[in-house]
This record gives sequence, C-alpha cells and structure tokens, in this order.
Amino acid sequence: MRNNKWFNLGVQLAAVILALLFVTVILLLVKAPPLAAFQNIMIGSVGSWAKFSDVLISFVPLLLVTSGLLVTFAAGLWNIGIEGQITLGAIFATWMMRTLQDSTLPPALIIILTILAGMFGGAIWAALAGALKTFGGVNEIFGGLGLNFVATALNIWLIFGPWKRPGVASMSGTVPFDVKLWLPMIPDTRLSAWALGIAIVGIIVTYFLLQGTYFGLRLKAVGKNTHAAYLLGIPTWQYMMVSFALCGVFAGLAGAMQVTAVYHRLIPSISSGYGYLGLMVAMLVNYQAAWAAPVALFFAALNIGSIQLPVVLKLDSTLAGVLQGALVLFVLLADGVRQRFVKK
Amino acid sequence: MTPETILIGLAGVLAAAAPVMFAVMGETISERAGIINLSMNGTILLSAMGSFAVALATDSLALGFLAGAAIGALVSLIVAFASITLKISQVATGFILALLCRDLSYFLGNPIMGQTGPRLQSAPIPGLSDIPVLGKLFFSQDVMTYASFTIILLAWVYIYKTRPGLMLQGIGERPAAAFVRGASVNRLRYLYTIIGGALIGLAGPIYSLSVKAGWKGTISGLDGIGWIALSITIFGGWNPLRAAFGAYLFAILQWLGLVLQPVLPGIPSNVLQVAPFPLMILTLLLVNIGNAEWVERTLAGMPENTRRAVAKILRAMRATPPASLGVPFESD
Amino acid sequence: MQVELRHIHKHFGAVHASNDINLTIPAGSIQGILGENGAGKSTLMKALSGFIFADSGEILLDGKPVHIASPADAINHGVGMLHQDPLDFPPMKVIDNFILGRNGGLFPDRRTAAKEFKELAVQFDFSIDPDAYVDMLTVGERQQLEILRLLWLGARALILDEPTTGISLPQKEKLFATLKKLAAQGMTIIFVSHKLEDVEFLCNRVAVLRQGQLVGEMLPPFNVDKLVEMMFGKVVSFGGRYPLTPGASTLHLEHISLEDVRLQIRDVTLDVRAGEVIGLAGMEGSGQATFLQACAGLVRPVAGKLSIKGADVTGQTHHVFKHKGVAYLPAARLEQGLVPGLSLTEHFVLAEETHGIFINRDQAIRLAQDRIKTFNIKGTPVSTVESLSGGNQQRALLALLRTPLSLILLEHPTRGLDIESTMYIWSKLKERCAQDGAAIIFISADLDEVLQYSDRVLVFFTGKVSSPLDAEKVTVEQLGQLIGGKGWEAIHA
Repeated sequence: MRNNKWFNLGVQLAAVILALLFVTVILLLVKAPPLAAFQNIMIGSVGSWAKFSDVLISFVPLLLVTSGLLVTFAAGLWNIGIEGQITLGAIFATWMMRTLQDSTLPPALIIILTILAGMFGGAIWAALAGALKTFGGVNEIFGGLGLNFVATALNIWLIFGPWKRPGVASMSGTVPFDVKLWLPMIPDTRLSAWALGIAIVGIIVTYFLLQGTYFGLRLKAVGKNTHAAYLLGIPTWQYMMVSFALCGVFAGLAGAMQVTAVYHRLIPSISSGYGYLGLMVAMLVNYQAAWAAPVALFFAALNIGSIQLPVVLKLDSTLAGVLQGALVLFVLLADGVRQRFVKK
Repeated sequence: MTPETILIGLAGVLAAAAPVMFAVMGETISERAGIINLSMNGTILLSAMGSFAVALATDSLALGFLAGAAIGALVSLIVAFASITLKISQVATGFILALLCRDLSYFLGNPIMGQTGPRLQSAPIPGLSDIPVLGKLFFSQDVMTYASFTIILLAWVYIYKTRPGLMLQGIGERPAAAFVRGASVNRLRYLYTIIGGALIGLAGPIYSLSVKAGWKGTISGLDGIGWIALSITIFGGWNPLRAAFGAYLFAILQWLGLVLQPVLPGIPSNVLQVAPFPLMILTLLLVNIGNAEWVERTLAGMPENTRRAVAKILRAMRATPPASLGVPFESD
Repeated sequence: MQVELRHIHKHFGAVHASNDINLTIPAGSIQGILGENGAGKSTLMKALSGFIFADSGEILLDGKPVHIASPADAINHGVGMLHQDPLDFPPMKVIDNFILGRNGGLFPDRRTAAKEFKELAVQFDFSIDPDAYVDMLTVGERQQLEILRLLWLGARALILDEPTTGISLPQKEKLFATLKKLAAQGMTIIFVSHKLEDVEFLCNRVAVLRQGQLVGEMLPPFNVDKLVEMMFGKVVSFGGRYPLTPGASTLHLEHISLEDVRLQIRDVTLDVRAGEVIGLAGMEGSGQATFLQACAGLVRPVAGKLSIKGADVTGQTHHVFKHKGVAYLPAARLEQGLVPGLSLTEHFVLAEETHGIFINRDQAIRLAQDRIKTFNIKGTPVSTVESLSGGNQQRALLALLRTPLSLILLEHPTRGLDIESTMYIWSKLKERCAQDGAAIIFISADLDEVLQYSDRVLVFFTGKVSSPLDAEKVTVEQLGQLIGGKGWEAIHA
C-alpha cells in the first residue's frame, strides 16, 4: 500500500512546491524578481516583533471565522455568507458602542456588551441565510452571496448616512471611539492579547465540539446524509440553523474584534475578505480543526508580509491572495490526483 | 425625464446587459451539461484585465476579445479537469478559482492600471437604425451587443431544437441514459464546460473594451458581476430565454438605481446599486420554496381548493435543475 | 439473429461473476435467463450489451465474432437492452427521447420521427402520445417507448432485464404479446428474470445461472421443481407460519386520505394491532410507499385522523411518531437510512438516548461490539457503513432500532439480499413481534414474501386500497390479479 502517511505528506509537499512554482511564473510574467518577492514577504511578516504582532492581529479574525466555518462545513453547508456576517457583527458592535459610549457604565462592561452585540449581529445574519436555506429551499451559497452584498450596502449607508463623521462623510469610516473603550493592547503594538486569547479559545472549543460531543456527531450526520439523520431522530433543520447561528457568532465576534481591537470604528471594508480567506483555510486543512490555527497563522503572515510589496518592489499586494489561492488549488488538485490515480 | 432620455437609458440597459448575457449563457450551457462553473466571478475579472492588456499591447480589439475567450476557456478547463477527471467537489474548485483569478487579475493588471486603450465603437446598422424608437433601441449598438441578442437565440435553439442540444440536456439530466445512446458523456462535459467558459470569458472584454472601458483594478466595479450572473442562471431555470429575461431585469433595476439617485439624495450610490440583490434573494426564494418540505406539509393541511391553487402557482414558478448537476459520471 | 456466448469469464475483485459461460440462442427464440439476485445474470447481460468487457471469451452474432465496445456499439450490432429502470430522460418529451441517440442532421425532423413512432406503436397496439413528457408515463409505458426506440434503431436481439417488476398486469400481458410477435418475426429475445411463472409462461428455452455459473438449460415443458433446485441449489423451505395472537391497537387510521403528484388515496380506515404483520402489495408506485410514509408521519394526510395507542398524532412530524415507538426503515439503505462516512459505532451512538454532552468512547465501542455480535454483522466497530454489504447494512439498520417499539415500518426489507440474510432479517423481525409486541407493516414486490410473513395484506392499485385480506386465505395468483387491477369486485363484495 502506498496509501501511508509519508506518501500523503509527499503529495502535499509536491503540491506546495507546484504552487510556489506557479507564483514564480506569475512573478516572472510581470518581470519581478521572485526571490526578492518571497524574501520581502518573509521579512514583512516575521522580520520584526512589530511585523509579527501585525500578523497576529490579522490572525485573530481569520482564526475566528475559520472556527465558525468548520462548524457549518461539518453540517455540510457552504456558508459563503460569512463576509456579510462579519460585517453585521461589526455593525452591531459599533451600534452598541455608539449607544453606550457616553453613558456612565464602566468601559469594561461597555466593551463586553459591544462584543456580545457583535456576536448577536453575526448570528442574526447567518440565521437569515439559514432560514432561506431550510425554509425557502434557497441554496446557502446564493442566499449568502446576496446577503453579503446587502450587508456591504448597509455598512456603507451607515457610514455615509446616519453615522457619518461631523462635517463630511468619507471612506475612512465613522468617528473613532474614545481610547478607554479600546480593547487593551500589548505595549508598543496594536495587538490585543484579549483578542488573541479569544480566538485561540474559539478554535479549541470548536475542536472539542466537533470531535467529542453528541452535538458534533449529530451535526456530521446531518452534513453527510440529512435524510438518514432525520430518520435517526435528529432534528435536522434545527441543527442546520444552530450551525449557521454558531458560525455567525464566530463571524460576528471577528467583526466585533475588528471594531473594538483594531480599527476602533466602523470602516467600509470592515470584513477585509477574512470570510472568504477563512473558507480557503478550512478547505486547505480538509475541514479538520486540528490544523486550522497554524494554517491560519501562515495565511495571515502572507497577508501582512505582502503589504510592503508595493513600496519595495512596486508589486500589488494581492500577491498574497494569488499565493494563498494557488496553494489551496494545488493541494486540492494533488489530493484529487492521489485519490484518482495513485490509490488504485 | 424626457422620452428621449428614457430611450437612451434603455438602449444603455441593453448594452450594459451584454456582458452579463454572455456569462449567463455560458454558465447555463455548462450547467446543462452537469458542471457548475463557480469560478465565474474571478474568470470575468481575469479575462477583463487580460483582454485589455492584449488589446493594449497589440492595438487589436479582435485579439483582445479572443484573449478574453481563451482565458475563460482555460479557467474552465481547470474546473472541468477537477470535476470530471478528478471528481473533486465542483463548488470547492470553482470557489478557489473565483478568488485566485480575482487576485491574479489585480496583481497582473497592476502595471496597466488606468491606461487608455482601444474601445469598441457603436456600429449602427444602416437602414434599421433609422426606424423610430426601435432603431435607437436595438440597432444603434456595438457589435457585441448585437452578438448578445444573437447568443440568446442561438443558445435556445441549440439546446431545444438541435440533435446535439438534446444530447446536451441528456448528459446533464441522466448521463447513463445518454451514454447508452452513444454519447461520450465526459468528453462532451469537457467540451461544454470549455465552450461555456469561453462565453463567460467574453464577458470580460465586453466590459474592459466596451461597457466599462479600461482596467482600473479594484475600483473597476466588476467584482461581484460573476456572482450576479450565477444567480441569474438559477433564476433562469437553465432556460436561455428565461435567463435573458433575468439579465435584462437586473440591468433595468441597476439603471433605475442610477436614475433615481438624484431623486433620493440621501442614499449613496453604492446602496442603490445593490437594490437588485434583495430582489434576487426574493426571486430565488420564489423559485425554490416549492421544494421545501414544510410547504408540502402545510399544504396538506389546507382545504382542497386552496391547496390545489397554491400548489399550481408554486409549480409554475419552480425551477428544476438538471438532475445530475454537480454529479460526476462513471461509465462502468 | 443468433446470439452465441463462448467461454465468458468476468471477475470483480475476488468474485467470479461469470464463470465460463457457454450459451447459444437461436434466432427467433425467447430465451429465459433465470437466477436469484447475485447469480450473475446482470454481469452476463452487461457483457453482451457493451456495458462491461468480459475478461475472456467470445461473443458471436450470426456466427461472426464481434467486439462490442459500448452500449451504443451494441445497438449498431443489433443488440438492444431494456433496463429494469428504463434508461430514459424523464423531464423530456417522448419524441425527444425517441430521437435521442439516432444519428442524423443538426436539426432532427420531429414530424417524420413522430410519424414513424406512431406507425411502430400501432403495430404493437401501444398508445403513447409522442408529445407527452416521460415523467408522466407509467413504467410500463416507458418500457414500451424504449422497445420502440430500440426497434427503430434496428435491434435484432432484445435483452430485457426484469421487465415485469413494476408494471401492471395488462401491461405485462401486452409486453408478452409484443415479445412473442417480435420473436415470430425472427427477433431474438433474452428475458432475464427471477420470476419462475413469467419465464414458464413466456420463454421457449431457459438457462439457469447460479453463483456465476451456467448450471443448466431446459426446453419446455418446464419442470418447475427442477428449475427451483437449479436456481437455489437446494429446495428452500421458508419455515412454518406463526400463529397470530392479536394484541391491543397500536396504530389507528381513520378515514385517511393522501395525495401526491401522481395519485390519490381516499378514505382508508385500518386498525393495526400489536404483534401482527401487515404486508402491502402492489406494483411500484401504486401508493403503498406514500401510505407507509403517512404511517410514519413523513407525509401528512390531507384528511382523516391518525392515532398511536389512542393518542391523536394527526399532522404531527415523524419525530413525534418516533417518540411514540414508530420506526421507519427506507428501501434505499445507504441513501436514506444510514450515513455514509460514519462508522457503525457512530451510528449506534446516534441512535441511542444521549447522556450528557461528551461521548464516552469506550462505552460506545463496547455497545457497538455488542450489537455487531448480536446481529451477526460482518464488520468492525470502526467500519464505515458504505463498506458493508447490502445484507449487513440491513442488519445494521435493524440493530439501530430502539427497544421497545410499538410499530416497525419497512420498505422492501429484503430487496437485493440473499436467502440467508432474508431469513435472518425476518427471524429478527418476528422476534420483535413476539417479544415486545411490535406490529410490522412492510412493502414488498415479492408476493411470496408478502404472503409468507404477513397476517393481513393490503393491496394497492393506482391509489385504490383493498380492505385487509387474510393472508392465509389469499393465494399468490389472486394477489397477482389484484395488484394488476383485476378481481377487485370479488373482494369488496
């Protein structure tokens, strides 16, 4: 049997090398020096503590949405509406913060309520996609996509309308909150240890939820065969709704973190594509929670590392997305080739 | 608003719908064969950028359009290989490609951003364009808009009236039955996925060389078009005529959004631009709700006449996908 | 056309599905191929019709060796196959189905094709509207369409795979008349079946397959006992009947009416008592499946009342029924009953009452080992259900049933299983009737099975439901007439 662990690992390594080769070709296409580009990404992400703390800042929302997506994937659902759920989380969080910022409540309580509001907002938006799916028969991919656009529009309307800065509304977002309402940061960085802690607790909870509980097992049954799961006595649509809502809670949490710990205000592109990126991470780890954290960290590093590319090499920072996409694509294809041609 | 401006607006709607039309027809053909090409959003961006780059470098519109089709075909070849040969989830592959191609287009298009290149000119048809109203509306467009009218008819005639078209329906519906009738199912699926991909790819240059000429990177306003086209395909129930109706409806709504903007000054333009989306969700709800289990249960509890009437309405609206959409075929 | 098979061998892994088959079928004959499920009938026919290639051996048509590369190639050689579930396109029109697969110009001439279709149909007294949609036709009509299509394509040998399953009696008679007429015209008919009476009535030669081997051929008059012995290798006895001791009412149906897209069931009243077995007989799609689903709460009746042990459950969901001790086992085990990808252990955990939040792995494994042993399942606690054989999947489904139960509903409980598994399944089911007083309602296409295990029988014909018949007083012949729509006046008199 060639179907052993080392062989699988070899196939995946080959896929990674192919992906890197693909990106090298792309770089050569725009006449850029590939080695310098890779080196810059590396320096830009782990070259200094400041850079690495930026990686961790980006790691927090990515890991949170990945955790949520693992729950919906377990239920066999493609929660593409995750972007909108992050946005709604951010909107609800901002709304709570704006409501309470001038009150006499202690800042810690305001922050907690803000985060809770964000989780609630994400859950609502996810539940909407879930309801469209379970009650309306609308495939979650299309319902989710539509809701993403609506969420973006709602966000922009708020920033340019009711919540606009005094004077002139702008793409820079709403008025920043008072410093005392920010999640505390580690000195000399913009990283909040609280946010990082919450994200790590999130993935651990997800891991145990899916691996060891009745809930996780039932969710898997629903995902693999809804009809049989129903006959086995599992309330299937309720489980689907719960998995949507749970994912929404994670997404909303990510949105709330962006508001309270990173931007300290609502900005137009608050979801920053973390939702779609989370889908990629989940695919790359083959929907298993165990590897989610390291891969999310790596993807976050690519994101941050590519930020300085435009300045240093006059390259667009979307190189990170190209690299990430190529990685997932080649790993998926390599796995397909292995299953199709090698195992026989 | 004068009748004149309305006419110009509507003519603009027809032109604006042209790229979406190509994309929707391409996707319809691909899905008829049983393959979901979810990469559409990225494909359109990449082919818009690529065709603009080629047209810019060669100063040839024709080569630009050709490049657009080729890029679409190439991306769909990956979709076909992954889903037909490797039998990987079509949704997963398509989604990754949608993101990868989008980022690729931004990355590769960076150097040519904002440049001015060749642009497709309108080509009024002599004689026909002088017909009052209709002439302005239909016969004073550019070549690709005429082509978009033609592609609707071509696709419809091909799928429903020709022999290979019937087989196309067959391989998406029940590949085993197509196989015993002599169809090389997987080869045909490759073929139609690639043809569909090329049509999707043409949507790109129609934007970058005509409707929204040029390449402006992330602010091109093209991100999202592919997802819309995907929804229209479903709304269209895999029938080119119904899909065309959906595409025009969408273009009209977007135009109304623009027209109404001066009337509703408090609402930013981005918001009105997304007005069609809640509507899209609603229509998807209408065409799908008949498939929901609870509806059946509720119906059973209703008095006979109501039950019959509601069931009839639901059946009329329902769109049933090809039975083997997304299902790989193994000939043995 | 004379069809000749020489030394055909075919292996599937360790299974020798065709083992040195030699068979010569003269032109104009109706050749019966008998054998129970898994005897190798399909493999042989698939080899002849180009679906699979034999590992070795030769096929000769009219004395000439041929290589049949695909099903389409088979029809080019004049060999057409009619599949049990006709391979057609349900959402498309009859005429489009007819045209598809025939070569010709870009635009098919529908009008000429329709004319030729009608001419052919008239010959055999078929009446199908070429503009109708296939999904509104009965299975019998879809078969007729396929036969016409294959003739149109020039078939000179016709293979029919279990064609009498799922069609009505008049349609069966029409089919047989058609086949006899075709044979008289020199067509070679190969009739694959496991139904003795059909083969006996129709065929003028029979070959029997068992475990991949051709165990014998026979010409009329057929010795039925001998055929049975050849099919099963031994004379099978089903064992004695169990006497019925009717208990209290479990499920009570009062003036129930049901509706689905195709048919309506009106005003059924039935009282199911503890410990009894009720068999539902009828052609596939006559309403029995919908009826069984209504008993499970999966389909909501449009009128009438349902109660379980006196409690009204009308309009409630399946889960309410389940809590009251109703279990439903669907026909498609792997598609609807089990969860592919999950192990046996995980299935047992899912089916049990839960305690707490976290799963106790050791306890779960012990439970699985215990059940696997009790139910004699060939598998381990970590085996995924899709790796089990059909018989073992059905055993697993039985092992998943909770205790006690008041009503077990089964759709084709032994379809596709060998005799040994069948008898085992029924012994387990009967045990539950005797021990916990569960009642059983089951659907089967096998009338012998219906009569063998039921106490009472309900016959379905296009939505019509008979009053309960005493299984001891009904014969297989009578039942056969009823499911074909004949003799209904007598039982309702």
